[in-house]
Amino acid sequence: MTDIQRSNWLHIGVVIALACSFFILPEYHSGNLARILVLAVYAMGYNLLFGYTGLLSLGHALFFAAGMYGLGLAMQFFDFNPIAAVIAGLILALVVSICVGFLALRTTGVAFMIVTLMFAQAGYLTILYFGEYTRGDEGFVIQQADRMVGMIDLTSPMGRFFTALLLFAICFFIIAYIVRSGFGLALVAIRENEERATMLGYDVMRLKLQAVVISGVMSGSAGAAYALLFGYAGATFATVQYSIFPLLWVLLGGAGVTIGPLIGTIFMFYLIDYSSAITPAYMLIAGLALVLLTLFAPQGLAGELRRRFLPWLP
Amino acid sequence: MTDKKKGPKLVSRRNTLKGIGAGALLATTGMPKMMGYAQAQTSEPIKIGFQVHRTGIGAAYGRWYDRTTQAAVKRINDMGGINGRPVEIVAEDDGTDPKRGAEVVEKFASQHNCDIAFGTLFSHVVFGSAPRAGELKLPYFVVSEGHHVASGKLNRYTLQPGITDVKSQVQAMAPFVGDNLGKKVTMIYPDFAFGHDHRDFFSEAIERQGGQVVAKIAVPPAETSFTKYFPKIPRDTEVVYHVMVGPAVLTFVKELGEFFGPSRPEIFGFIDSLEAVDINSPGLEFLEGTYFWEGMPRYAQANQTSHDKLYREAVGVDENGASTSDPKDVSTFAHMFGCWETLNIVKKGMESAGYKGPEDRAKLIEAVEAMSDMPMSDDHPQGAKRFNGKTHQTFGSQYISKVTDGKLVVSHTTSIEDTLYEDEVDYTTQPF
Amino acid sequence: MEFGPHLILASLEGAVIAAVLAMTAMGLSIVFGIMRVVNVAHGEFFMLGAVIAWWVAHLLGGHPAVGFIAALVFAPLLVAIIAATADRLVLQRIDYDPDRTIVGTIGLLYIIQQVTLMTFGPEARPVEAPFNQRLAIPWFEFGENGFEIYWPWGLSITSYKLFIIVAAIAILTALWVLMTKTKIGLIMRATQQDSEMARAFGVPVKRVYAWVFGLGAGLAAMGAVLVVPVQQAHYLMGHDPLLLSFIVVIIGGLGSLPGTVIAAVLIGMSDGIISVFFSPTLAKILATLLVAMVLVFRPQGLMGKLRS
Repeated sequence: MTDIQRSNWLHIGVVIALACSFFILPEYHSGNLARILVLAVYAMGYNLLFGYTGLLSLGHALFFAAGMYGLGLAMQFFDFNPIAAVIAGLILALVVSICVGFLALRTTGVAFMIVTLMFAQAGYLTILYFGEYTRGDEGFVIQQADRMVGMIDLTSPMGRFFTALLLFAICFFIIAYIVRSGFGLALVAIRENEERATMLGYDVMRLKLQAVVISGVMSGSAGAAYALLFGYAGATFATVQYSIFPLLWVLLGGAGVTIGPLIGTIFMFYLIDYSSAITPAYMLIAGLALVLLTLFAPQGLAGELRRRFLPWLP
Repeated sequence: MTDKKKGPKLVSRRNTLKGIGAGALLATTGMPKMMGYAQAQTSEPIKIGFQVHRTGIGAAYGRWYDRTTQAAVKRINDMGGINGRPVEIVAEDDGTDPKRGAEVVEKFASQHNCDIAFGTLFSHVVFGSAPRAGELKLPYFVVSEGHHVASGKLNRYTLQPGITDVKSQVQAMAPFVGDNLGKKVTMIYPDFAFGHDHRDFFSEAIERQGGQVVAKIAVPPAETSFTKYFPKIPRDTEVVYHVMVGPAVLTFVKELGEFFGPSRPEIFGFIDSLEAVDINSPGLEFLEGTYFWEGMPRYAQANQTSHDKLYREAVGVDENGASTSDPKDVSTFAHMFGCWETLNIVKKGMESAGYKGPEDRAKLIEAVEAMSDMPMSDDHPQGAKRFNGKTHQTFGSQYISKVTDGKLVVSHTTSIEDTLYEDEVDYTTQPF
Repeated sequence: MEFGPHLILASLEGAVIAAVLAMTAMGLSIVFGIMRVVNVAHGEFFMLGAVIAWWVAHLLGGHPAVGFIAALVFAPLLVAIIAATADRLVLQRIDYDPDRTIVGTIGLLYIIQQVTLMTFGPEARPVEAPFNQRLAIPWFEFGENGFEIYWPWGLSITSYKLFIIVAAIAILTALWVLMTKTKIGLIMRATQQDSEMARAFGVPVKRVYAWVFGLGAGLAAMGAVLVVPVQQAHYLMGHDPLLLSFIVVIIGGLGSLPGTVIAAVLIGMSDGIISVFFSPTLAKILATLLVAMVLVFRPQGLMGKLRS
């Protein structure tokens, strides 16, 4: 088998395994997995920019929130149906990521971190400022009755899980395709050495903007899906904390590995869930685990896997 | 699965074990003739999932909600439990975060197999969790004082029977403020939905009194320095109305005092601005003579009821509203009674519904919806309540206290009628 | 309040914020400049400073000044030791790799917060200021009677807040002397410019890093001790100082200590002054965007040199 075949089988296999898991796992865990898949989409969007292009953003919560509020407000005030509302969420995330990308890409490195952080912070405050419509920190509920797509009830365990899986699979395959395409290789070239990429004739600025936009829209789709599947939109999701989460998930799972974000998100979720069952001081366990991981798995879980056993991991 | 469920929870359950033990003993010895399966079923505990803010911004409240809940459960178990079955609290931290809150509700419903979920305070966590509770058909009893339940934005499975909501609290304050303190009011509130509720409901209510809000100052979240906002208070202000939440509340009140110096207007505040804070902290001397809304009087009053006394003893709170083991550890007295009263209502609801297990959840909701007047008693130490089954919201008296010699002394008690408003929803028409 | 007094008041408040921010950010700037790592736990060292200050003041009792002075000595020292230990145990072992440092320091942040929550508790606890008089400030106007001085309603500051400004200036000056006039400073600057070369000249780079990390954390803690009589010690208080000092360091220009001070003053003051003109939350939004725009048009920061 060639590496390309291997990686194709890997991606298809992961999706099939996830689909089967719904029928095997107890209800609690399949419910968790639905949420994890949505969040993993957010992390995959982040991974494209951070893991493959080498741009560390601290403001991705802005894109997540753009998708969430684009969908939420469209349903709340204009009675959009879920499909149209998802499109509204994606459009808002697209517009926001173009604007942010256009301005923030004038900077690199730490300045890029700060500029994205500041834009996200301004976005969070804007949600509070327009509290009359957004209900600020408290947020609003998307009623159960509105969360139907045709005959599919998105609030049923199965409807929710397979909608989440569908979104995950689409984004997973898109990422798998991108990283093998010329575009993806150019992004890696930028990550490894921006000057050399410029000298080789790549339009670095344009490529980076495209990466920001794809990454932003993917994060936005996760935000829209979260609001739709779990029935709630709130400003908490626009806070800095939610910008740091995808960074953490990606670093834990393995930056620049296609399955890294999924692994990192699952790991972090169950780290909190199980340690909180052992002790109320679960943050202590989570903190220790993070420190130990940095010491012993420097490239994240999937990164270690690639380094030690599976050098062909995309 | 069973191993997973039993092993890890030991620590958070330890406090309840004693109570459960007593309850279980009562339950089994009380009915010696019941045999076999029936006995096993009756002595199996009723599991109440307790969504508690152990970490995050609500942790100071969460600690006292926890203590109150443990005390209430101990009392219920000492009295024989619910329908002869002991009550077990399954506590999970929600990190004061709406996402984790929803996850915790799922955990209660599908992993711990709890009978109900209970105890949430911060309204964004309520909003984040309530849709999942509704979908999982898990009765969700919140203790949040938000207007979310009564506004009709939630669902039939979410109820708030043990604590009044912000709309009724705020509108009941307006007559007192207008008649006794002044007609021109400046409001200072956090730029959160909670603050906006204060702004909207109070402005409306004070206008009905012939008063007027002359300035509305919304303070951004996570602010730690406030003086720069105070110059926006107009000179002709007669009353400053303040409400603030979060860890910086003491700074806020202190800087308010430093700003005005010797010539302050009348000041009326919601005790939220000083919840879990000692009113005699350095820098708060200027509060002498100002007024506070209190959900339940923090200091034991001269005419203390036997119910208040029993409640304080059970929870471990002294006459100054602080922990009996550490006088510096001030409780969140104006809110935490809601946990006590809610659990007693759950008990009554389960008893009148003949609750046996999760299949009776809808019956439990209907039983609570059928409740109305609840007189002041050991079960309701804060005062009489009137529950509105249609809006799933309770109504009750509010207290206005004046700071006198460094203590909060009640100077006015509103009637329940003062707090009523028109129904905004009828949840009973929604299907289960 | 009239415009003039309002502006004065907002500027004074801004100056207090700027003073504390300058110290906290300076701690991060030194670490960032010399070690080139993003320390996400920096805010937690700030928080630890405030919490230890409360413990010290609480244990000593007596006159508030006794506790305060003791806290000013012990809190930064203890925090510096904790930080240097963390450097030894974690950061040195991962060789200051940028990505791993982020995850590692997030882990430290969780640990420090949780331990504080378990020992100190979730409440906000006040430390009494050693002195705290309200000082009314006069203002003038040209009215019917010509030039007049009067005392506007609310225009005041407390003596303690003035002390914060003075103390911050004194501490930063001492730091400047340390960095430019002493051998310790020389070693630090040598390590910053070229750690390989410094090693070749016999500088114990590892030990220098541990010291620098401790010094940075100690400065944050000292800023916290100064501010804790105004604010309160709380286990989540490290969040804002982290973000703000991070911003200040980048705006000032990476590795430029004067730039850090200038940026701290700019950001602290603008926060106060913009709030004079707009409603509070709108003012925050504008101040935030302003910071972003500074970097968009000057990515190297105010005092930073453009690296090719």
